[in-house]
Amino acid sequence: MSTTATRVIVTDDKKQRSLLRRRRPEHLDRPGQRSRARRESLAGYGFLVPWLVGFFGLTIIPMVYSLYLSFTRYNIFQPPRWIGLDNYIRLFTNDPQFIQSAQITLVYVLVGTPITLVAALIVAMLLNYRDKGAGFFRSAFYAPSLIGGSVSVAIVWRAMFATDGPVDNSLSFFGIDLGGWIGNPSLVLPAMIVLAIWQFGATMVIFLAGLKQIPKELYEAAEMDGAGAWHRFRAVTLPMLSPVIFFNLLLGLIGAFQVFASAYIISNGSGGPAGMTNFITLYLYKRGFADGQMGYAAAIAWVLLVVVAIIAFVLFRTQRSWVHYSGDNR
Amino acid sequence: MSTSNAATTSGAASTPVFAAQQTTPVGPPAGRRPVKRKTWQTVIWLVVLLVMTAIVLYPLLWLFFSTFKPNAEFGQNPGLLPNRPTIDNYIKVMDGIAGVPMWKFFWNSFVLAALAVIGTVFSSALAAYAFARIQFKGLAIFFAAMIGTLLLPFHVVIIPQYIMFNNFGLVDTFWPLVLPKFLATEAFFVFLLVQFFRQMPRDMDEAARIDGAGHIRIFWAIMLPLIKPALITCAIFSFIWSWNDFLGPLLYLTSPENYPLPIALRLYNDQTSTSDFGATVTASFIALLPVLLFFLVFQRFLVDGVATQGLKG
Repeated sequence: MSTTATRVIVTDDKKQRSLLRRRRPEHLDRPGQRSRARRESLAGYGFLVPWLVGFFGLTIIPMVYSLYLSFTRYNIFQPPRWIGLDNYIRLFTNDPQFIQSAQITLVYVLVGTPITLVAALIVAMLLNYRDKGAGFFRSAFYAPSLIGGSVSVAIVWRAMFATDGPVDNSLSFFGIDLGGWIGNPSLVLPAMIVLAIWQFGATMVIFLAGLKQIPKELYEAAEMDGAGAWHRFRAVTLPMLSPVIFFNLLLGLIGAFQVFASAYIISNGSGGPAGMTNFITLYLYKRGFADGQMGYAAAIAWVLLVVVAIIAFVLFRTQRSWVHYSGDNR
Repeated sequence: MSTSNAATTSGAASTPVFAAQQTTPVGPPAGRRPVKRKTWQTVIWLVVLLVMTAIVLYPLLWLFFSTFKPNAEFGQNPGLLPNRPTIDNYIKVMDGIAGVPMWKFFWNSFVLAALAVIGTVFSSALAAYAFARIQFKGLAIFFAAMIGTLLLPFHVVIIPQYIMFNNFGLVDTFWPLVLPKFLATEAFFVFLLVQFFRQMPRDMDEAARIDGAGHIRIFWAIMLPLIKPALITCAIFSFIWSWNDFLGPLLYLTSPENYPLPIALRLYNDQTSTSDFGATVTASFIALLPVLLFFLVFQRFLVDGVATQGLKG
């Protein structure tokens, strides 16, 4: 904060000088123009000081440092010891917990995100049918997105899906006797996925905004050509919405990798039952901060980063084939 | 929507016979004009959405009513309403946990969130102004880098950041949680404000420049007032994100008197969930209350912010 304060004074002084300089017709002399460009650069970096400090000090340097740590054994008390690729080799060949963690995280991400997107799109189209009253539903469905990652909701979820909890009871009413989901290794992941889907509202709001921007004439033209409802959806809605779908898919996938608080609370920090809520972020946390294996945890973090980067890369590469950035003449 | 859309557009021209057929069987009370097909569709639309709303909001309703359930009813009464409503849970929860009263957790959460709001709005607005309104060398590279951090999982830097703050002796203070906010590390807010700054017409700062205003003046006196709605959106979201944050305080805050609500809730969840579930749900509800109130008051800002910028919540 103090850095910004001093910067304010400096640029203020600069402004004073610029006021004095203004007497000369600037566009006539080249040195003046060059110094104006320099002044602009100075001002630009001046405004950017907090961001630059954060970018290098809290993101870039830590990332590089964590890459270094991932090749070491480090427990914060003794200096890091270089062990080469050992951490990575251990992760992939000798750590069943990590393999399971990676598997359930991928299942959670690759099942939960598409379902959330489809649900969000369906509800958005439902809300787009009518303007009157839609605002209320839009807000009501959005609310869970705001709180879904909180500890409070995780505690509620635990209770909702517990043995004899509301979900168990409602299902029993229909003759489905599953018992509690939270203590059951094969049902706790579905309970987590339901929690993710429950937060479809934000995605839905973005879809709805996208739907509103599709020109009505496109639907009318398609209908003139005799296109049925399904065909109109395929030929108009989906392509016109594809940039929004791309955006939601990218952020949805990346966001899903980062689920932490709900898994921690639902499993009391253990990642159980049977490791089925031991998502990659929770495993990283346990290794780094509970077991003090900071080098190993840094390796997990880099595997996560590489996986996220690959997913982003693949999405951006395939973008050309399915995302339509419409010009005006579409 | 596919079917409903068909109805809205086709109703007029294509198949009047079919439309009439639809309405006659479910006739309204005698003596009145038959209800149009569209009305029925609206009714179905409304019913479907109301049912969905009930399902979606049920967990929150359940939480609210559970806070009035006496401890004995948990596990016995899975229904929504308490059999014998009581406010005992609230009285108990006020005492807090681990020797720290509830108001203290609340206060810690509030201080963290307030600092997060000030830091985020201030630093993000500065950075966004530079990215959107100043032509400087390196702009393109840094802008691309900023977009890159949008997609960067926070977990990748928690280990080195922790080591760094630990070396500075700042663990168990608010600094590791607050300082990043003053350094515009949430790229979402920078990105959101960049888009708003870009919408401002160019001649506005040209005119101000001719009047002798520098970037500081243009930023402070002209641009900031104009993008106030965006600043409010940033403020609300950064408040809520900080309020809900769990991983940050879990890493950095070790003594109970520094805990914000989410970490205090973890204590309830760990220690008392079996013995005193009433206190746990009540503390959870109290922790959610400010966010829910924010939501009720500012829902337009929040939902529109999401709609235009893709802030997720």
